[in-house]
Parts: sequence; structure tokens; C-alpha cells
Amino acid sequence: MAVFGGRHRESNPSLPPGQYETQSFPVLSAGPTPEIDTAEWEFFIHTETGPSRRWTWDQFRALPAEDITPDIHCVTSWSKFDTPWRGVSLDTLFADVETDLDFVMAHSYGGYTTNLPLEEILDGRAWIAYEYDGDDLEPEHGGPARLLVPHLYFWKSAKWIRGLVMQSEDNPGFWEQYGYHNHGDPWREERYA
Amino acid sequence: MSEATRRWRRGTLVRDRALSASARSVTFAVPDWPGAAAGQHVDVRLTAPDGYQAVRSYSLARAGTDREIELAVERLPDGEVSPFLVDELEPGDEVELRGPLGGWFVWRPGEQRPVQLIAGGSGIVPLVAIARAHAAADSTAPMRLLASVRTPESALYRDELEQLRATAPTRWHYTRVAPPGWTGPVGRLSPRDLEREVIAGSQHPLVYVCGPTGFVEAVARTLIDLGQTADSIRTERFGGT
Ligand SMILES: Cc1cc2nc3c(=O)[nH]c(=O)nc-3n(C[C@H](O)[C@H](O)[C@H](O)COP(=O)(O)OP(=O)(O)OC[C@H]3O[C@@H](n4cnc5c(N)ncnc54)[C@H](O)[C@@H]3O)c2cc1C
Repeated sequence: MAVFGGRHRESNPSLPPGQYETQSFPVLSAGPTPEIDTAEWEFFIHTETGPSRRWTWDQFRALPAEDITPDIHCVTSWSKFDTPWRGVSLDTLFADVETDLDFVMAHSYGGYTTNLPLEEILDGRAWIAYEYDGDDLEPEHGGPARLLVPHLYFWKSAKWIRGLVMQSEDNPGFWEQYGYHNHGDPWREERYA
Repeated sequence: MSEATRRWRRGTLVRDRALSASARSVTFAVPDWPGAAAGQHVDVRLTAPDGYQAVRSYSLARAGTDREIELAVERLPDGEVSPFLVDELEPGDEVELRGPLGGWFVWRPGEQRPVQLIAGGSGIVPLVAIARAHAAADSTAPMRLLASVRTPESALYRDELEQLRATAPTRWHYTRVAPPGWTGPVGRLSPRDLEREVIAGSQHPLVYVCGPTGFVEAVARTLIDLGQTADSIRTERFGGT
């Protein structure tokens, strides 16, 4: 009988169950990487009353930004520690938004969607990131800008983010309709529905 | 997906076959396997005697409801899991499997659109499943496979794909070494290669691209430049470069 030895012996408390650490930065997307011109880029928030806020690239880049270095966890089992991002906190973007709705559908260029509870992307837990490791975010990693919600599996961190639409229920987005978990907490291994 | 998909099941290695010097087909008997669509994958979990576990994803090489599932694994020299699956696992050994997973990179026999499959290296595995499902269903949808490999020896499933020539012809493309007598280009798939070998955008094909991340990125970008529509291109990235 073959006996599996494995490699990573030290148990790391930063590693959620079923995850392994990688130094590389794998890419997973359902389709091609869209090319987005920042001259045409926009980011919007829609609420129950319709369009609420909208930023052009220049307006967005003029907002106060933060440097963050979260650990990220992909549902395909890799985790990457201390990833250096720069972006705008969703607290900043939601500062003047009035809504009674509790859920958000994130929409991306290229048609991707993913759903999130509003309270999980506020209070310093989510950003729209536009730099990685000191450089502009590369298109294959979601550039010019992506949602960053590090405490959930990384498919929730929608690449090529275009806007957020408030919704009254936690309706499923793209992968969530294909059997992935509606919430996606890596510490509870919420991989598949 | 359901409770059944989330559960880890025991699979016993019942058959294996070398596909190349670095790849092996491994077939596991899974008594309660629910069946899968062509293009789906499973998670494989290995457990060391001290309880340490490693999980990796592997595409199913065959769709269907058999109680056996076939994977094809390419050995990465420094990999943790793939060398074990290719070189060490013996008939009778058990692994744990979860799935089937993935509902997007999937081809179903009811699909009428022409299909273009494009593989880089071991990315051919789910595309073999699609070509097999297409033949098994006697589908009349046109299907073609373009397979990029380093050398003639590294081509996986060549004999079987040759037998599917009538329903899903395969064109091989060589990036390092071509077989004797080869007159075509050798090197990475160029825009000209893709223009020549891929079903034209005007025929609205469904395109499935699978392989290492860099391969998928380059091919998908070129296809869009050539006029294919982005939402007809489905991609699966195996990692690496
Ligand atoms: C949906 C899906 C389906 C897959 N299907 C298959 C399949 O059918 N057959 C198959 O052989 N593999 C497949 N893979 C890849 C597989 O999951 C593993 O990533 C691969 O076997 C390497 O695992 P490892 O433990 O040997 O290497 P690891 O120990 O994970 O990695 C070793 C080193 O190689 C790098 N690396 C990881 N993956 C690759 C790669 N593919 N190419 C080059 N470098 C890499 C890592 O960054 C790391 O530096 C699939 C991946 C996904 C996400």
C-alpha cells in the first residue's frame, strides 16, 4: 500500500480547514479576462431608489485609500498569506448611501456576479482594490479594480468590479447558482451548497 | 449541488495506465458515485498517517453514471500531490473524493451549437470527457479539438482521440518538438494558428479552453481579438504558468 507523506508539516493557525498555503497567485475565472479602459470605467452603487452613487476612474482614485495585507483563501484549497493590496474601503463608498436593504449583488465587467450580505462588507471588512504589491492590479487578477472581501472565499472578491446593486434577499450570484455556497466562510468550510 | 456533492467518498484504485512519461490515468471504483457531466471535476483528498491532509482538484476524463471515475494526472516535479498519484498509488489503495464539482465548464449532449475545444498540456483531460460524451450521445453538433503539447510523446489520449476523428477531429500543435515529417509551425499557438484551426466566430461556436493559466489567458485574449464573443468562451485554469 502506498503511504502519502505530504509536505507541509507545521500546522498553521492562519490556515482555515482544508486549505494549503501557496506562494504563487493562481488565477480562476469562468471566462476570458476582459479588457477595461479606465477612461470608460465606472463604479456605481444602486439602491431601492435606483442609482445612488457613481464614480469615474479619476473620482474613484481621488478617494482616500488604504493599504491592507490580508490572507486570502480560494475555494479550490489554496490560501495565500499577507497579500499586499491598496484600495478604497467600502465604508468610504457607502458613506452617503441610504438603504434599508440588507444584501448586495456585486456586478462585474464581463457579466460575473456574486452576492454578499451588506453587513459583511462594511466596518473595515471589504475594499475596492486597484493595486497589488505596489503595482496597478493586473487584468488577470481583476484589474483595473476588484472587490476584496478577504474573510470569505475568494470567488466573492469579484474581479473587474463595476458596481453594487442592493437587493432585499440574498439571491445567488454566478458561482452560487452553480452549487457554491451562498455565504462562503472559509473557517466554516462553506464551499458547496 | 447537494449534500451528496459535499460528502467525501472513498474511491479504490482499480485500474491505471501510463499516458505519457509523466502522466497516468487512474480509475477509482466509487460505490455511491452519483454521476457527472462532461467537463466537471472532483476534489481528491489524501491523508498521511499522522492525519495531515492535502486536497487538489482533478478533472474527470469521462462523464456519466458509472460507479467508476477516471482521472488523468500529470506529474509536477516538485508537486506535493501529483507525484504521489502518478508514481506511488497502487491498485487497491484508497483516496477520498468529493464531487462532481463545477457546473459552468460543462458540455451537455442537448447542446446544438458547434463546439471548439482548445487544450494546453494536461488541460486536455476535461476536453477528452467532452469529446467522449459527444461520441457516446451520437451528437450531431460539430466538434473540433485543438491540442497544444510540448512534444509528440507528451500528448495524452492520442490513440483514443484518433478513434473519435470522424465525430470530433483533433489537431495537434507542438510547442517544442514536432514528429518527424511535420511541416506545420512549432512554437506557442500564435494568432495565425488560432485563426486557421478554430471554428470561426461567425459560426457562433461554444469554445472551451483548458490548460495552465498563462495558456488560457493568451488563447482567450487572442480569440476575442479574432472576433469570438467573450460569453461563448468557457475557461478552466489548472494553475501554474
Ligand atoms: C478545476 C481544476 C481541474 C484540474 N484538473 C487537473 C487534471 O485533470 N490533471 C492534472 O494533472 N491536474 C489538474 N489540475 C491541477 C491540480 O489540481 C494540481 O494543481 C496539480 O496536480 C499540482 O498539484 P501538486 O500537489 O502536485 O503540486 P503543488 O505542490 O500544489 O505545487 C507545486 C508547484 O507547482 C506550481 N503549480 C501548481 N499547479 C501547477 C500546474 N498545473 N502547472 C505548473 N505549475 C503548477 C505551484 O505553484 C507550486 O509552486 C486541476 C486544477 C483545477 C483547479
